[in-house]
Amino acid sequence: MGNGNSNGLISNNIRNLRFHHDEMTQQQLAEKVGVTRQTIVAIEKGKYSPSLELAFRIAFVFKLPLEEVFSFEWNNL
Amino acid sequence: MSYQEKKNIVSLIATILIFGFYCLYMFQRHQEGSLDSTEAFRFWGSFILILIPVSIIAKIIIQIAFNIFYRITTNEEEPSFSDELDKLIELKATRNSHYVFMLGVVLSMGSLVMDMPYSVMFIIIILSGFMSEVIGYISQLYLYRKGV
Repeated sequence: MGNGNSNGLISNNIRNLRFHHDEMTQQQLAEKVGVTRQTIVAIEKGKYSPSLELAFRIAFVFKLPLEEVFSFEWNNL
Repeated sequence: MSYQEKKNIVSLIATILIFGFYCLYMFQRHQEGSLDSTEAFRFWGSFILILIPVSIIAKIIIQIAFNIFYRITTNEEEPSFSDELDKLIELKATRNSHYVFMLGVVLSMGSLVMDMPYSVMFIIIILSGFMSEVIGYISQLYLYRKGV
């Protein structure tokens, strides 16, 4: 799982999912969802929480529900 | 280091160099004469009006040169579009930039209230314009490194 965003609330599983989808590269995923590779790098490192639309696009690429790609912890609320 | 980070570093250095050389050139040309005379207003007006196109043209040339250099050295093409992360970072950097410029404008008005020479007001406005641009690039660099 990723490290989550700056509040440590949102984390993701993209790196593992890429690996299990024919070792998809960051560039390939970026092209499929319509962003730059830099954005995929930032999401994987937990430096950026994507918009809802981008999160859905990523989930569609892996053919998984959103909550299996991204997870949210409710600790600080 | 990503393309965006490199681009911001190049833009930051270019901004500092262009502004530095432009100031040197303009102040050397206008060394003689008081900056508070009637001619001074014409000088400061032309200083700002010429600086804008000069810096735009110089930055376009530097950006094109950087893109060519980037393609040759990395064998990669620069991103052809800005995605949501780029736009978010640009918005935050622009906000920081505007804060700095607004502070400069307030300070320049303060200089008038305190009966300082008019040239001080122009210097503060020009410096705040320069600083706001620098802060904009530093903000972008920081946000690309640290995350949003």
